[in-house]
Amino acid sequence: MQEAVLLQMRHIDKQFPGVKALSNVDFTLRKGEIHALMGENGAGKSTLIKILTGVYQLDGGEITVDGENVIIRSPQDAQNHGISTVYQEITLCPNLTVAENMFIGREGGAWVRHKAFEKRADEILTKLGIPARSTQQLGDCSLAVQQMVAIARAVDMKCKVLILDEPTSSLDDKEVKMLFDLMKDLKSQGVGIIFVTHFLEQVYEVSDRITVLRNGELVGEYPVQDLPQVQLVSKMIGKDLDELNALGESGEKKNENTEVLYEAEGLSSNEAKPFDFSIRKGEVNGFTGLLGSGRSECVRAIFGADKVNGGTVKIKGRQVRITRPIHAIKNGIGYLAEDRKRDGIIAELSVRENIILAMQVMNGIFKPISRSETEAFADEYIKVLNIKTASRETPVGSLSGGNQQKVILARWLLTHPDYLILDEPTRGIDVGTKLEIQKLVLKLAEEGVSVTFISSEIEEMLRTCSRLIVMRDRHIVGELKGDDLNQTQVMKTIAGGEA
Amino acid sequence: MKKKRLFSGGLGQLTIPFVAICLLVLFNVIRDLIMIFVLKTPDYISFFSIEITKNNIGNSVLSGNLISIINGASELAVLAIGMTLVTAACGGQDISVGAAAAIAGSVFVKVLKASGNINAGTVILAFLCACIVAMIFGAFNGTLVAVFKIQPMIATLILYTCGRSIAYWINGGATPTVESPIIEGIGRFIPGIPIPTPVLIVAVMLIVFKVLFRFTSLELFTQAVGINQSAARLNGINPTLIKLLSFILLGACVSVAGIIGVSRLGLINHETLLLDVEMDAILAVAIGGNSLGGGRFKISGSIIGAYVIQMLTITLYSMKVSSTDVKAYKAIVIVLLVVIGSPVFKEKFGRFMARRAASKVQAKGAEES
Amino acid sequence: MKKFKALVLAGVLAMSTVLTACGAGGGNAGGGGGAIKVGVVNNPPSESGYREANVKDMEKVFSAENGYELKTAYSLKNDEQLQAAQGFITEGVDYLLISAAETTGWDEVLKKAQEAGIKVYLFDRMIDVDESLYEAAVVSDMAKEGETAVNWLKSQNLGEYNVIHIQGAMGSDAQIGRTGALDAEFAAGTMNKVVQQTATWDEAEAKKIVESVINAGTDFNVIYAENDGMAKGAVAALDENGIEHGVGKKVVVMGFDCNKWALRELKAGNWNYDGQCSPFQAQIISDLIKSGKAPSSKKIINEEKGFDATTLTDADIDQYGLGE
Repeated sequence: MQEAVLLQMRHIDKQFPGVKALSNVDFTLRKGEIHALMGENGAGKSTLIKILTGVYQLDGGEITVDGENVIIRSPQDAQNHGISTVYQEITLCPNLTVAENMFIGREGGAWVRHKAFEKRADEILTKLGIPARSTQQLGDCSLAVQQMVAIARAVDMKCKVLILDEPTSSLDDKEVKMLFDLMKDLKSQGVGIIFVTHFLEQVYEVSDRITVLRNGELVGEYPVQDLPQVQLVSKMIGKDLDELNALGESGEKKNENTEVLYEAEGLSSNEAKPFDFSIRKGEVNGFTGLLGSGRSECVRAIFGADKVNGGTVKIKGRQVRITRPIHAIKNGIGYLAEDRKRDGIIAELSVRENIILAMQVMNGIFKPISRSETEAFADEYIKVLNIKTASRETPVGSLSGGNQQKVILARWLLTHPDYLILDEPTRGIDVGTKLEIQKLVLKLAEEGVSVTFISSEIEEMLRTCSRLIVMRDRHIVGELKGDDLNQTQVMKTIAGGEA
Repeated sequence: MKKKRLFSGGLGQLTIPFVAICLLVLFNVIRDLIMIFVLKTPDYISFFSIEITKNNIGNSVLSGNLISIINGASELAVLAIGMTLVTAACGGQDISVGAAAAIAGSVFVKVLKASGNINAGTVILAFLCACIVAMIFGAFNGTLVAVFKIQPMIATLILYTCGRSIAYWINGGATPTVESPIIEGIGRFIPGIPIPTPVLIVAVMLIVFKVLFRFTSLELFTQAVGINQSAARLNGINPTLIKLLSFILLGACVSVAGIIGVSRLGLINHETLLLDVEMDAILAVAIGGNSLGGGRFKISGSIIGAYVIQMLTITLYSMKVSSTDVKAYKAIVIVLLVVIGSPVFKEKFGRFMARRAASKVQAKGAEES
Repeated sequence: MKKFKALVLAGVLAMSTVLTACGAGGGNAGGGGGAIKVGVVNNPPSESGYREANVKDMEKVFSAENGYELKTAYSLKNDEQLQAAQGFITEGVDYLLISAAETTGWDEVLKKAQEAGIKVYLFDRMIDVDESLYEAAVVSDMAKEGETAVNWLKSQNLGEYNVIHIQGAMGSDAQIGRTGALDAEFAAGTMNKVVQQTATWDEAEAKKIVESVINAGTDFNVIYAENDGMAKGAVAALDENGIEHGVGKKVVVMGFDCNKWALRELKAGNWNYDGQCSPFQAQIISDLIKSGKAPSSKKIINEEKGFDATTLTDADIDQYGLGE
């Protein structure tokens, strides 16, 4: 008993200079289903989506919508065929109102009929249960609501196929739930939803069907109940999960008795309220808490990324002044920022230049590292971290997310830091790379490097950290170690004890 | 495989200026051939001919259109070097270079006049003074841009507007002249060397900047700041300093260009020295394949860009277009160049080539099977 | 709202009056009680070496020692000059001396001056108004300057005359005068016009014009530039392209204005001819003022010479050279 087929992509081929991005991929979306599109970074998900939305043109294959052959040459074409997309990065205008955002670009004339639009917008918002008013400025809404407004816009444009590309990566649990409710509602109205995400749990929460891609090829399409999570992961990365499990068990984290490397008292910045913090040599600790709890702000203060206002900092017992990133770098601290695109990669520079950047800064502007040395460093780290790049001179922006993250890791590893701060190093990257990064963190700790590890996936932190600092409302509310390091306890502390 | 690389991206950023030069050369070759073999024009001198003639003070010097091109573009080339840096670091352009060059030139002349006799020592002193003053004005622009975060075009609009008045105050009057064999040596030819001195100055400037990039990480840091300021800052680079530095270095270039300009004529006319040069300098950067939005850059591209602009001018001159009409014709060609260099055109062209390659492969496949 | 607009307008008007007063008030204020008040409306000294000498000459002749109180206003723009003249009339000067930026638009102001009993002298440049509106105009005869120069050129007996003619700002007296005689030769076919183009008195533009001719591969043997600066620009182009010029060389170079530096070029044999354009009208006007008599003719021609490189003396340079 199959629902009517809404969208069919057959034998899709896509070639980029030097890379076969997709080869002979099939994809079928039925009416009223939520279909998860899964795969590691570089598996071809984005390419497939971009072909569907007219950003790329396919080199081979065919697409049918409602049984009719279509050719999609531009995003406008896609929209005309009822295909709408809501991207990870919100592409609306934060300085316009919700109503304006919903109707922008399709006013149907020179006159913007504000009142009529606002009325219509409010109707849709109410119908979809989106907690926003049409006259509100979009920028004032939470990210989740902004995302929902984008969806509402798509729905109002009579979309049959809705593509949600990593919609949940910057939402907290409550917001995710709101979004899922909305998705289920749309599903019941017969909309076909393509759901792209890295969060495995979420796939199982809402999806009906899963299509897995690997290396530009189709692995298979499965009803969600037939594919347990472990099997899904192994299909995505194409290898057994023993390694992953092994990592979980290597929980012997012993550094109770080593010397204190970094110690801050009353440290505060423009963004972070005063806090105390210390870390021992070779220790891996983590900051956890909900989004907006202040965990990133704390580590930014440690690195001097925001304007530091007060507090004393000691490194190896000696008082130091860290008010700017350069001070931190010179004191042996490395910082992988939360927002890779904005604060991490220099997209148009080559992999090589990105890798040696921090080391060059440490050396100073008047002591450039010779070309041959930089090449040697780059080659070394491309090999050590298994960075997948065409060459060391490839612009880092053209790499997949996981490989970009590895390049930034390489950048900091090259400075041989005593203390490495990793803020969400695994966000938006594939399972295989996540695993590699976690392994790397443990290896570094073994070598005596102190690491602060932040992740929204608590399991990941439980696997790697020997101590967790829990934050709520910009304050440290607890510190967990030893036997307290388990999911329940962390949840309890985050929620405030009683939960 | 190798062959394909050469065409698709072997030259990389330099493709645009290289293609532009090739087109202009091709055009002139065809014109030469038509004039000589088809129209059989008597006394026609080829566009590419280079002669050795004696100038007024008895030196053997090179002359010809090609020499005119590399000589005439010198000020522009020097300015383009600095403009490239500012563009790369700030993602914007300095439109006050012409006015600032007038100030630098005025200071140069003022110091020479004040010191009485003109000899090697006073010329060097005057150059240093002009250079320092231009760098101070550069720092002024740089401060507005880097510290106060004003858009470069708006920030430099101030000096663009008032620069030539400042230049006027410096000499307080008309168009003071400087007469000296040394000044002529800078602006025209050094006795015994047949190559125009401004050409040599461009070469020296290029070497100076190459050395600067070789012995510092300025290039890397500038690009990092231009591409992603936030990330650069988190990597310990001080974006404010880098931007400021780019403007100060442009100041140095401005003073050199100003002094070439003054030395060519042996006088400073604050109203017309390097008039309208700022737009050409920005254009040279763009033709050089550099993104005007900042980031990756190539100094050599901008210099070739300057030569492209001058070659265009001289080509038009050689076709008997008068110097007043040249601007209009130049605009037409430049529109073409800019369109060819635009991402939209590149993408369309790339797609066209890919399709052709694909159909060739298919045809080949069909043959084989 | 209307009221507000009116207020703003009044404010702007008030401001502009103040500004005008400021502009007019520059120069040598002060002077004695019984001094003759002279208001000079001129182009700014930065305009050219000629103007610089002209302004200096005015300041020298109409000095406090000579019994004058001098007020000056300099602008290249006609409307600013008109405003300044208006200001002088309001202030109540005794004499108004004008070198106008443009020949038109002066009727009203000059009538007002006449009504106020202010005597007007024009210098250097004529204005398109009725003769009755001014006492006298002390000017150079630009046409004569041109004739002198062209006659000199003809006397050189060159085999052929291929002339690059670089003109001044089109429509100015100097351009019209200096172009006339040469145009007659072109028309008569005695000389060939290689190019005739304006460089608006600008050295750099003149250089470009000559470069364009050189790059076009056209032959020429005379450069007739309507002022010294443009001749200098032209010569720069010749030097860059290795073309000989001056006494006994391939290209004959001619300029006007007799700047000292230009005369030195003549003396060195790099140029061939320089025509004088005398900026020294102040003494003539001062004499007229002091004599109290009306001049015999409305138009007083300032005597001018032309200098040949082969006959120029150092004494000539000292006496007739402008600037330093």
